[in-house]
Amino acid sequence: MSDPTKPTSLASMTLAEARDALRAKKISSKELTGAFVSAIQAARPLNAFITEAGEQALAMADASDRRIARGEAGALEGLPLAIKDLFCTKGVRTTAASRILGNFVPPYESTVTQNLWDAGAVMLGKTNLDEFAMGSSNETSFFGPVFNPWRASNSNANLVPGGSSGGSAAAVAADLCLAATGTDTGGSIRQPAAVTGRVGMKPTYGRCSRFGIVAFASSLDQAGPMTKTVKDAAIMLKTMAGVDRKDSTSVDLPVPDYEKLMEGSVKGLRVGIPREYRIDGAPAEIDALWSKGAEWLKAQGAEIVDVSLPHTKYALPTYYIVAPAEASSNLARYDGVRFGHRAEGPHDVVDLYERSRGEGFGAEVQRRVLIGTYVLSAGYYDAYYARAQKLRTLIARDFTEAFEKCDVLLTPATPGPAFAVGSKTADPVQMYLNDVFTVTVNLAGLPGISVPAGLTANGLPLGLQLIGKAFDEGTLLRAARAVEEAADFQHSPARWWSA
Amino acid sequence: MSVDKDTVRRIARLARIAVPETRLEPLAAELNGIFQWVEMLGEVDVEGVPAMTSVVAQKLKWRMDEVTDGGKADDLMINAPEGEDHFFIVPKVVE
Repeated sequence: MSDPTKPTSLASMTLAEARDALRAKKISSKELTGAFVSAIQAARPLNAFITEAGEQALAMADASDRRIARGEAGALEGLPLAIKDLFCTKGVRTTAASRILGNFVPPYESTVTQNLWDAGAVMLGKTNLDEFAMGSSNETSFFGPVFNPWRASNSNANLVPGGSSGGSAAAVAADLCLAATGTDTGGSIRQPAAVTGRVGMKPTYGRCSRFGIVAFASSLDQAGPMTKTVKDAAIMLKTMAGVDRKDSTSVDLPVPDYEKLMEGSVKGLRVGIPREYRIDGAPAEIDALWSKGAEWLKAQGAEIVDVSLPHTKYALPTYYIVAPAEASSNLARYDGVRFGHRAEGPHDVVDLYERSRGEGFGAEVQRRVLIGTYVLSAGYYDAYYARAQKLRTLIARDFTEAFEKCDVLLTPATPGPAFAVGSKTADPVQMYLNDVFTVTVNLAGLPGISVPAGLTANGLPLGLQLIGKAFDEGTLLRAARAVEEAADFQHSPARWWSA
Repeated sequence: MSVDKDTVRRIARLARIAVPETRLEPLAAELNGIFQWVEMLGEVDVEGVPAMTSVVAQKLKWRMDEVTDGGKADDLMINAPEGEDHFFIVPKVVE
């Protein structure tokens, strides 16, 4: 790395470009991985990583280079990735950004990451996130907030990278990896990708195995790729997806070649515009970008159709019953006994549980466990949880009916651009509203993708979201590709962090 | 529906989370803010609507009830905050 221009040019490659360069033996994985290891070290002010794994990454790169030389390269051979610190990685600390798992070293590997390593990918480290993925700004992490690589053109204020996959989003946006994994329970892949100018995809529920991913809300959680381009998302998804014996909700459908399905025209594709996504008080820039997105698709031969999703406004409150209810149950396992933080000097076993959990969980996680406990408690179950599950049926039904008239839906990805660190932490409901456009998709189990589509007047990225039919990721990627090409988003953040 | 300090104390106990006395009032206020917001679900007629049980239309898979894994007691102990041999240590539960 004596040539100072080389690491930057290597690090700014797309996943597809790096793959092709490695296959053509124009670069080595060691060289590529070294460039990212240096970039990660130089970008520590962003706080994107909880655990860096530079040495292990270089060893994995060496092994990849040997496999490439022997002609045994896998689909992602030698490609350095960042992994959200919610995926268990064997022998590498996995924290979920919580004090309660601060020293947890899994003796097993998540299925999604195992799929990536089996295909030859290289792990650079574990990225920061909201504690247990509960948050929309990466500010609830026990390891501190992540800063968005982007700053407004008229300010030096630190902005949030979105959340919960904020570390992965920042790492992809700042060229600290070729691509990253995220998880999305209410928007945690798509929302941070949108506010950092990158692509983020939540596949259909059941498309990727949840085994070995620290559970938040099991009926909503889904892993997905965070990448620089739609093509890279197609490449990542192909390897991440698939049925898994260890997750009974993973779906036994063949994994198609998304890279192929993504190619081709959107001529004749019916694109639905859900009228309920036009919300009062949304910035004019969001509406303008949304209209532009529809025009781009129309210009490429798609047919624009007005559709209605009448229960949209109930999605967030429904989510804030269902997700905390599931979380309160999933997080019951953290008791200070078998793993994780344990309180000192307990006087009895209940004291051990209560203080271990009181000390180990941060404020937002406690809040959600309390909400979940309340809505599941005797006397309140029917009024809250049972009602929310019925609302969920209605929300999913809205989509089924809309998809009789269209093939994909186009919506804004977020209600606004990245906001200042600390500006929304006082009011939980204000923070929750960041997921207003993404959360419906999780409740209905559908695939969604956000694509960078433009900049605000003060230079911050905005995304558009496309939503597809269940297990129709191919069509979704094709539509996303069309938006990506028309938007031609070539902007990148100023590298203030490595000055 | 309004949550008071005593309700927060009760659900914190159910959730096995030690909440300091000084946090009970602020938490009640925060939870009330959230519950007031979700009250809007009450305006929807859900008569006859089935509760969602599975978001993807598929039958849960069956498998043979047989041992497929095991013999990993050492692995299970490596993250134990307090343990001895293959036992987790807890405060005395039965007098």
